[in-house]
Amino acid sequence: MSSPLYTESVASLRRKLAAKEITAVDVADQLLARIEQADGKLNAYNFKPDAAKVRAAAQAADLSKPLGGVPIAIKDVINVQGDPCTCSSKILQGYTAPYDATVIKKLREAGAVLVGRTNMDEFAMGSSTENSSWGVTRNPWDTDRIPGGSSGGSAAVVGGHEAFAALGSDTGGSIRQPAALCGCVGLKPTYGRVSRYGLVAFASSLDQIGPFTKTVEDAALLMEVISGHDPKDNTSVNRPVPKYTDALKQDLRGMKLGVPKEYFISGIDPEVEAATKAAIEHFAKQGAEIVDISLPHTEYACAVYYIIAPAEASANLARFEGVRYGNRVKNPKDILDLYRSTREQGFGPEVKRRIILGTYVLSSGYYDAYYNRAQKVRQLIKRDFEQAFTKCDAILTPTSPTAAFKVGEKTSDPLQMYLADIFTIAVNLAGVCGISIPCGFTKSKLPIGLQIIGAQWGEENVLRAAHGYEQTTEWHKELPGI
Amino acid sequence: MAEYEAVIGLEVHVQLKTNTKMFCSCKNEFGGAPNSHVCPVCLGMPGVLPTPNEEAIIKTILTGEMLECQIAPRCKFDRKNYFYPDMPKNYQISQYDEPLCANGAVTLNLLAFPKDVQNDPKVNFDKKIRLERIHLEEDVAKSFHYDGASGIDFNRAGTPLMEIVSKADIATPEEAFAYLTALKQILIYGGVSDADMEKGQMRCDVNVSIRPKGQKEYGTKVEIKNLNSISAVRKSLHYEILRQTADVEAGVPIIQQTRRWDDGRGETFMMRTKEKAHDYRYFPDPDLLPLNTEEGLHQTAKSRLPELPAAKKSRLVADYAVTEYQASVLASEVALANYFEKAAANAKNKSAVANFLLNDYFATGGDIENIPVNPEFFSELSNLVEEGKINTKQAKEVFPKMVAENKAPSVLVKELGLSQITDTAALEALCDQAIAANPRSVADFKAGKTNAVNALKGQVMKLSKGQANPQVVGDILLKKLSA
Amino acid sequence: MASPDIDVRYVADLARLNLSDAEAATFQKQLSDILGYVAQLEKVDVSSVAAFSGPVVNNLRPDVLGESLPVEVALSNAPQQENNLIVVPKMIE
Ligand SMILES: [Mg+2]
Ligand SMILES: [Zn+2]
Repeated sequence: MSSPLYTESVASLRRKLAAKEITAVDVADQLLARIEQADGKLNAYNFKPDAAKVRAAAQAADLSKPLGGVPIAIKDVINVQGDPCTCSSKILQGYTAPYDATVIKKLREAGAVLVGRTNMDEFAMGSSTENSSWGVTRNPWDTDRIPGGSSGGSAAVVGGHEAFAALGSDTGGSIRQPAALCGCVGLKPTYGRVSRYGLVAFASSLDQIGPFTKTVEDAALLMEVISGHDPKDNTSVNRPVPKYTDALKQDLRGMKLGVPKEYFISGIDPEVEAATKAAIEHFAKQGAEIVDISLPHTEYACAVYYIIAPAEASANLARFEGVRYGNRVKNPKDILDLYRSTREQGFGPEVKRRIILGTYVLSSGYYDAYYNRAQKVRQLIKRDFEQAFTKCDAILTPTSPTAAFKVGEKTSDPLQMYLADIFTIAVNLAGVCGISIPCGFTKSKLPIGLQIIGAQWGEENVLRAAHGYEQTTEWHKELPGI
Repeated sequence: MAEYEAVIGLEVHVQLKTNTKMFCSCKNEFGGAPNSHVCPVCLGMPGVLPTPNEEAIIKTILTGEMLECQIAPRCKFDRKNYFYPDMPKNYQISQYDEPLCANGAVTLNLLAFPKDVQNDPKVNFDKKIRLERIHLEEDVAKSFHYDGASGIDFNRAGTPLMEIVSKADIATPEEAFAYLTALKQILIYGGVSDADMEKGQMRCDVNVSIRPKGQKEYGTKVEIKNLNSISAVRKSLHYEILRQTADVEAGVPIIQQTRRWDDGRGETFMMRTKEKAHDYRYFPDPDLLPLNTEEGLHQTAKSRLPELPAAKKSRLVADYAVTEYQASVLASEVALANYFEKAAANAKNKSAVANFLLNDYFATGGDIENIPVNPEFFSELSNLVEEGKINTKQAKEVFPKMVAENKAPSVLVKELGLSQITDTAALEALCDQAIAANPRSVADFKAGKTNAVNALKGQVMKLSKGQANPQVVGDILLKKLSA
Repeated sequence: MASPDIDVRYVADLARLNLSDAEAATFQKQLSDILGYVAQLEKVDVSSVAAFSGPVVNNLRPDVLGESLPVEVALSNAPQQENNLIVVPKMIE
């Protein structure tokens, strides 16, 4: 029995479309049917695709373009002109985006068919997609469990085959961690590689948009489309975009892969540790050279992150107050009441917690002790990576210390939840790139992810290593029960 | 009774003259239908990012150069956080600890002072008022207030704004007036801003305190707002210094507060006392990379440095032989100086052109922006006088027509029949006529009263209907009387 | 940094956020825990380290007019508007 069309990768879909074995409308129809069948259980879409619109777009798609006729889901934090963009927050109910994000323009130009907005933690704050005004998204491998976060919806639609690929955003692990937990590929590009214009900012110095895909080749394909300098993003870098798919032609022989001792200490789940170590051995067997490296300031990454990210967020989220768009509280007494009550009713608890934390660390008398000190330690973390990459081409670590946990398991203890990102955060702080790929399953059949970290602009090395591993293993071929 | 002195510092916000806003490419324009020059960026929509306007940065550096500031090699932007409905992001992109320009000064000059103190010997007309800093930021929206509601127009939101902060070097309301006048002059010289306070292109907040003369410590400072002209700044300071002095003498302590100037009533009114200090939570804007001003920006600004008023004045004296005073007046306005240089280009007597322009032209009530006269006509007119073709009295007859009709003076002289009689034979006849008709004057002259020749000269002028060349007439009369 | 003595109500006021009593109490405890955790940064010697900052790049926009939004689109999201102005309760100076 052949597997259903909706389980195909983007690359194989492209081959079948080119060979006229299928039409873009067939693809759209089968995907729409799959979403109807699965999303009731996963709740991964905040806005499911409009069937008529998707069919029309598929009909009109230019198949000669790099993503011609390929349906792609978008995290509900990226502006698509004429569509809502809620960031899973009540405060943005009723908002319609008056413009396209740069990545959306690029996807349209590449012929992609946009399908629906995926669920997330409110304003991308969280690691479980439980902080959503649209309800919890479920893990396609076990619907009692969370899909990870904050891009849990994008991970679930790709891992659960409700989309062929999706875009997410990663501020401290929000692409890689849910990709690991949902058994798909998730790539966080180098800071400045992909334009942030149109991505609702959480922490501006850390946010990057990146792809969720079923294969490494698909990640390379999407990166070729969404990368590049954007004059509308002052932090995007003017540097040519490599043909990432070319990087996949080389195998693992001769690659130097670093293993940092700091990533294999207490707190890590034994099954995750075992799978990661097995993956490292597999790389060695395939001809890669494994080198010991040290990232000594990793232990401070989480503390640095929980100062800098909330600080930036406290300013970024100040614009949500009900004056120009979104929800406004009824009959405010005065302008102060309009602000205070709109924000009280519009934001969920995690967002409020981080706004207060961020406001506090920037406030008079605390700036130097918190924000300024954190930015100095961040510089040390960045330096650690620069030094490590003089010894290796990429770094291998677990993506998440555990597999998917149960819904509600960590909601009462924010600090415990924050530590779910302990292996991914340093990558954002240093501005380097990283990917998570499937590298095994727990005994209860929950996916485990392997993180491969590259230097600044090191996407080609990361993709080459990830592809070399994927082509010699079978994990990515497993299908969830959903 | 103690004598008091005032300590005054000014914070001036200046709108930069650019095509587009500071961080988006919407039009930077005064007026326009409400919310017609807005885009997702300047409305603070979710997901937008700022892109800095190169021209605004260059113009700020140019201002710093004109005002003798140090230009920072690195330029970075910070977020200043506070909530207000006229500020779309609820933070203002500004500069905190690293302003683009530091220190510097505005040098006052005689003509910058109010007319009524320009002859006061106690005034130090050339005082330097030091600057603290100049930084670049974005302006807020404009709001309109109704009963119970306010309406907001975001056209002005995000337009480039320079903040120029003086040190508390200003000692009198007149110095404050001169500071703003001189500053405005320089901003216009550099083409940086039109700096019209009435149009809100230049906005000024005043800080003023008083202290007994000789005391080192500052008094409690009071801030004055709602100042819509340079003379309002002067008037409000006079009022406020008197008010504070009266309070202090009556033993009423000054409390730190913000007061509003009511120009109609000529008084300041308390708006609010300083509650808890603002906590703006400044931090570097992560959306904007720091800039290196030494890579082109500073150089471009320097290449645009104009000749400044003081240098222009010296050059006008040297090159045009105008008086110091004429030069100061001409240099006080760049448009005036430019016009003068064109007007005097072909004149034999350039000081005469300055006179026509500064006395005769401004006496007609005209201004320099809209002067309708071809500047070359000034040279032509003064040359007609210089060459003796008409006399100065006739020139005064030609001038208003030249201004009203923008006609060449040579054409007007013909039209008015004003050519001067220099034909010696004709003049000799008139002189003979005058001598014959005034034996008394002739007798006086012969008796040694040489002045008597003037009476005869007057007669000849009268007989010629003013068209005789007075120089030639004088020569003929002397020759005839001494014969 | 040692004493995580955050005044949750004061800070929430700076952030223009109403909090219920229950919320304030929960946050007080949770934020104290988090601040206690981040206090470990005190251990790091940062005496000779410059703060992290993006690269210095003159990535500037030329002063050329671009497109603005039509007024009706610009105001289409406004919760309250009149005469092409966005309306809020009266602002206090
Ligand atoms: Mg200011
Ligand atoms: Zn704009």
